[in-house]
Amino acid sequence: MDDQLKHMTGQVAKGTMTRREFVGRAAALGVTAAVANSMLANHAQAAAHEAPIRGGTLKIGSSGGESTNTLDPALTASEVPLNNLRHLYESLVEVDPNGEIENRMAESYEASADAKTWAFKIRKGIQFHNGKEMTPEDVLKTMQRHSDENSQSGALGIMRGIENMKVDGDNFIVELGVGNADLPYLLADYHLMIQPDGGMDNPGAGIGTGPYTLEVDEPGVRHGFKRNENYWDADNRGHTDYNEVLVLNDATARTAALQSGQVNMINRVDPKVAALLDRAPNLTVKSVAGRGHYVFIAHVDTAPFDNNDLRLALKYAINREEMVDKILRGYGTIGNDMPINASYPLFDESIPQREHSIEKAKEHYAASGHDGSPIILRVADGAFPGAVDAASLFQESAKAAGIPLEIKREPNDGYWSEVWNKQPFCASYWGGRPVQDQMYSTAYLSTADWNDTRWKRPEFDEMLLSARAELDEAKRKETYSKMGQMIRDEGGLILPMFNDFVDGVANNVGGWVEDPNAELSNNKAGIKCWVKDA
Amino acid sequence: MHPIVKLIAQRLALGLLLLFAASILIFVGTSILPGDVAQSILGQSATPEALANLRRELGMNDPAMTRYFAWLGGVLQGDLGTALTNGRDIAESLGGRLKNTLFLAFWAAAISVPLAIFLGLLAVRYKDRWPDKLISAVTLTTISIPEFMIGYVLIYWVAIKWRLFPSVAIINDSMSLGAKLNAIAIPVMVLTLVVLAHMMRMTRAAILNVMQSAYIETAELKGLGMLKIIRKHAFPNAIAPIVNVVMLNLAYLVVGVVVVEVVFAYPGMGQYLVDHVSKRDVPVVQACGLIFAAVYIGLNLVADIVSILANPRLRHPK
Repeated sequence: MDDQLKHMTGQVAKGTMTRREFVGRAAALGVTAAVANSMLANHAQAAAHEAPIRGGTLKIGSSGGESTNTLDPALTASEVPLNNLRHLYESLVEVDPNGEIENRMAESYEASADAKTWAFKIRKGIQFHNGKEMTPEDVLKTMQRHSDENSQSGALGIMRGIENMKVDGDNFIVELGVGNADLPYLLADYHLMIQPDGGMDNPGAGIGTGPYTLEVDEPGVRHGFKRNENYWDADNRGHTDYNEVLVLNDATARTAALQSGQVNMINRVDPKVAALLDRAPNLTVKSVAGRGHYVFIAHVDTAPFDNNDLRLALKYAINREEMVDKILRGYGTIGNDMPINASYPLFDESIPQREHSIEKAKEHYAASGHDGSPIILRVADGAFPGAVDAASLFQESAKAAGIPLEIKREPNDGYWSEVWNKQPFCASYWGGRPVQDQMYSTAYLSTADWNDTRWKRPEFDEMLLSARAELDEAKRKETYSKMGQMIRDEGGLILPMFNDFVDGVANNVGGWVEDPNAELSNNKAGIKCWVKDA
Repeated sequence: MHPIVKLIAQRLALGLLLLFAASILIFVGTSILPGDVAQSILGQSATPEALANLRRELGMNDPAMTRYFAWLGGVLQGDLGTALTNGRDIAESLGGRLKNTLFLAFWAAAISVPLAIFLGLLAVRYKDRWPDKLISAVTLTTISIPEFMIGYVLIYWVAIKWRLFPSVAIINDSMSLGAKLNAIAIPVMVLTLVVLAHMMRMTRAAILNVMQSAYIETAELKGLGMLKIIRKHAFPNAIAPIVNVVMLNLAYLVVGVVVVEVVFAYPGMGQYLVDHVSKRDVPVVQACGLIFAAVYIGLNLVADIVSILANPRLRHPK
């Protein structure tokens, strides 16, 4: 069986077998999907270490770039700036494709027994692009900038749990108010890129320790990077001489650029065309199951959604398989009304899957005693790709159960400020987080700013905090399982599907690593891949 | 003062007044947009503290009147301010984008205007015969198809199948003129197809109108060839409406091509404006709006003046 599996992983790497087929056949050999996936990831890692080719130019066509972008890591929120960050800067630690912590600017780290005090030993002999030596002070300043009350950093929420930070010799010390076994995952956040003097003077200068230096910065058009010849980890990153990130927001423009060979890779292949595009001779469509999910969210404290029977009726009325088939075209998996899936560490596989059931939906709808007035679901095209179609499918299947769902189209413009987290029932998406604690703290803790379902349960908060400081993995897993089921059965979250990351990669690209953390190999494809015909 | 100089001065003053009115509209329009710049910059993952801090820093707590006059004062001194979102100098980044937009518009116009007028003359010459019908049918088809669709069709054939020209039209200053023209070849084709019909039909209609006049009949009776009649007698008298429609299309080429820019990832003004509208970067939106308004007003001014100069009756008002 081992040989067979090994042969099959090879086939996937060569592109003669898709990942989906592999998981299917591996299951036939008695291997669970999670194991099969990690085997693939390991194989992909091994493939990535097969003799990189130095030189050449790699071009990335990416959506999510605007002329308003800056190189300040604190303000980074979309894909093109994220790609830029990965070229120019590095963080203390990163989350690797297997969900483990990979040391970058930190050489090693250790925690006290109660997970309250953490010491990160900072690597020596690393230079910023301006020739200055990277020191623990720079790390401290960076973290201070992002945790400053006046900060505009997207990582401010993450930094809140930190009570004190200091430098001790070669170490950067973090002291927490409440123990957190997942701190390194939090510090792997992409906003927390180490900058000289913490980026206090000029945060958008593009000076970091990353494998590439800034050559061209035309926001909304293109960004060019030259290899950093002083890079400390040149064996593993920074193989090409020059990288270019082209902003191609239009999906058709992206696929056309890939097909005509003007770029080597693109992100966000439209699921509608992915299967067709995959047939083109010179490229491969890569999809990887991630933690991102598309959701319909109801405020559990607002009528009529304050009635759990009504929420359950809606949860049973949604047809998950149909959504994955028609909205994601198979590039995704069905959800279970909790924000956690098998891509997370400590996921409990035994939680039963909620099935589409018109009878149960009718039953709960009757029990809710709803007066039959239309239930308004707000949706915009930009809520997630295919959101309006998904809402229509939801409306139809709800109608079959006698639930009067009414769709209200909202403009994309202003959706995130006026509708999401404000209106009681709307469509939205989440990108997922590397660990369960972070996902729950971001959106399900009573005090969380983005508690977009108004989920406020003291017992839930307590479980979250106890799991956070718990170092016994079995106990932790059990608590997370309970929390997941609580949201699944009582929460305002209707989660029909987890979306895959779908990228298009030309066949002349080597070193592609399947990474469930984000698209384009966690946006590190540019720094980890090489061009074969360089 | 000569009546023409007076007329032009009047028109210019009127244009400026219009521009001032437009600046108020732009300012009011940008103020009533839902959402705010801080939320848009920080995105879905913004915390309330970060939002409040950014809002304060951006001066969004000042009253609207104060902000309007501060802005207008700056504009009059040539200072468009800095972008709220990335802190760049607006005049500088806008200048580059405007140059690109004008570059694309220039080449599209350089090809489409003579072509449209020539086809219009040809259609008149062969009125109601097959060349006329063919020209009308083809140009009306291309104007009826949405421009992004024409773009996609041309990309499929010209860029992917035949590999003649690139589908991504990103240009920059370090490229030679030849390389730039190569990059914008497909967008220029698209724009030409889009604006051709309007100008061609107007040329045809205007000249046909003139062709029914008595003096054309006289020219015919005197034995002049058809093309010569059109060129020497009909065209000069039809110039006013043609210039009008040409100017309208030129204005479109400058301010209305955002869809084409998106399809070809062309770094022009349209995309720049849309990006900043969606981020509520008000100073940039205002600057773009003002430039677009100026282009529209300016080109229409030219059209007006040209039609006055071309028409003796208007040139010598009683």
